[in-house]
Amino acid sequence: MKIGLFIPCYIDQFYPIVGIATLELLHKLGLEVYYPPEQTCCGQPLANSGAEKEAIPIYKNFVRNFSNFDYVVSPSGSCVYHIRENYDLLEQTNEVRKVRQTTYELCEFIVDILKIDDLSIEYPHKVGIHQSCHGLRGLKLGNPSELIAEHYSKVHRLLEKAEGIEIINLDRNDECCGFGGTFSILQPDISAKMGKDRLEDHMRNGAEVITATDMSCLMHLEGIARRHNKEVQFVHVAEILNSNHL
Amino acid sequence: MTQHNQKASLFLKNAERAAWHDETLWMVRQKRDKAASDVPEWERLREQASQIKMHTLSKHYEYLTRFEEMAKNNGVQIHWASTATRLNEIVYQIIKENNASKVVKSKSMLTEECGLNPYLEKKGIEIIDTDLGERIIQLRKEPPSHIVMPAIHLSKEEISELFHNQLHSEKDNSDPTYLASIARLHLRQKFLESEVAITGVNFAVAENGAVVVCTNEGNADLGVHAAPVQIHCMGIEKVIPRMSDLAVFIRLLARSATGQSITTYTSHYLTPKPGGQMHIVIVDNGRSELLKKADYRDSLKCIRCGACMNTCPVYRRSGGHSYHYVIPGPIGSILAPHKHRNNYKDLPFASSLCGSCSNVCPVKINIHGQLYRWRQDISKESTFFHWKKSIMKIAGKILSSNTIYNLSGKVTRWSIIHLPRVIIYNRLNIWGKDRELPKVSGESFKQWYYNKYEKQGQNGQK
Repeated sequence: MKIGLFIPCYIDQFYPIVGIATLELLHKLGLEVYYPPEQTCCGQPLANSGAEKEAIPIYKNFVRNFSNFDYVVSPSGSCVYHIRENYDLLEQTNEVRKVRQTTYELCEFIVDILKIDDLSIEYPHKVGIHQSCHGLRGLKLGNPSELIAEHYSKVHRLLEKAEGIEIINLDRNDECCGFGGTFSILQPDISAKMGKDRLEDHMRNGAEVITATDMSCLMHLEGIARRHNKEVQFVHVAEILNSNHL
Repeated sequence: MTQHNQKASLFLKNAERAAWHDETLWMVRQKRDKAASDVPEWERLREQASQIKMHTLSKHYEYLTRFEEMAKNNGVQIHWASTATRLNEIVYQIIKENNASKVVKSKSMLTEECGLNPYLEKKGIEIIDTDLGERIIQLRKEPPSHIVMPAIHLSKEEISELFHNQLHSEKDNSDPTYLASIARLHLRQKFLESEVAITGVNFAVAENGAVVVCTNEGNADLGVHAAPVQIHCMGIEKVIPRMSDLAVFIRLLARSATGQSITTYTSHYLTPKPGGQMHIVIVDNGRSELLKKADYRDSLKCIRCGACMNTCPVYRRSGGHSYHYVIPGPIGSILAPHKHRNNYKDLPFASSLCGSCSNVCPVKINIHGQLYRWRQDISKESTFFHWKKSIMKIAGKILSSNTIYNLSGKVTRWSIIHLPRVIIYNRLNIWGKDRELPKVSGESFKQWYYNKYEKQGQNGQK
């Protein structure tokens, strides 16, 4: 199985450690992983700001880099959702269709494609899981609290198996953290307030570590926590899943 | 700074009220979750409701004419209003023909939309909103901040003060039961004096010509039964085919709105009372135009339950007035730009696009999808966001070229590491107002990868 690794722009620039954890984990799982060096971004920052036309060259660059793999895997639910949902703007060539169908968020890829849920992890910490909206509601990584359906969560399923882990319960299971891409800049006060509220929920319920499928949410929450000197760690789910003895 | 952003920031300044507002509406959302989970077929019901609405909208001319025919057979007078002004004129005409000057009205977002109250007041008509929340905001001369709980932005102390000043209640008595009894006494008098009663319409049933109004306070009934003339104002999208379809919506409406299984009163108005008159005004006011827009028409399915407001993390923290349109919250943000694109161009951006609104919507409107679509359409207009467009063009160039992207990343990371704090956290750094920037390392993933693998020509293989 030939895997293309997509490391979103902000992870590449600010959180290389998350990219490294993803790559190492995929290697441990015995996969043939390629990192196309000309890759940049999925185009979401522009499109969510209302400039999807200006994002087309970015989309095309993505397709150019990633259409030759069996699967494209990325440690970001939001970027993957954007590719699947909004690349309908491009002419639907075989390459575009393929990229939209085969690009997966990391947890989703492990659970749905590799059909694995026990990665032999040891993680003796109290962990709060922030369910990022685009992963949860867009990619359906879990059942969001609004829908009246059977409860499931692919992220929980992977983390629950970790030895020593204690996943804390939250007062509000899946409320948005307020990052929202350029929303965090266009509406900074509301965005920060949403983040503070989310952070307090995790702290109140005893989280030592806050994790998520998306580093963007964590970057926002961490930014607030550090400003207010809150004692809590922010760890991308790829880093936890990679802390194993495989 | 956009209008919504400014008003939202102002709302947040009163931290205690903002927290109360958020928690109260979150509680309503939780009640909705509980009520919905008591219905095992909830998700199928939503789908069915959505399909009934789409079907009806696709044949709205047939259903509206059928409705008109049935209502006329029942002795009802039907009026058609193409615009807000026409609605106001028609209602005024009916009032004048009956030599009336005292009017009571139960909740109707349509008449809010059309500005009926100020229109009639200018003509010297007394028009009293009889829903408690509506009456409160009418006394305060302000618009509703929520479509189901119009005075949710106010504390009981503020209402006590308002009632003391205007209805002569005891000073500083903010006991809700006491305040409700004051309102009741005040409103009962208005009901008894009224000559004309106006209501909104939740559903209009084509097969029998009935209009259905859902209230918790019974104020629509009190008005309609006491006044000799009754006028029901409805948008063209309120028509549904059959009584059996009504059952689907009644099961969804109150559960979505407040978490009740059904509103206290579900009133069916079919015929005029003996010696009385019953009028129905069917209003377009831009709805047929909206129906033509494939990307947006499904917003006409809305049954005005307000669930999208209660669940919206932005609405709960910014208050309804921050949306500066008659209908606030997510649904208001996709309806408003149809009315005036430039005035409301900020509203589709007043969202983190979390998608919770679309999931609670009982008729499955793709609300967050339309917010996204509006962002594209608004940005296309060259007069809007001129500066933003240029930034986006540059960003597009950077992010589509590997070389420029790598260089810009390097410069950014270098700056965060090496520049003094006072320079980085300047006034233009909006991110940094309440948040620290990420702790960056000297190397990007791409550089790390290159050094580890590419240099040896391994391309990712261990």
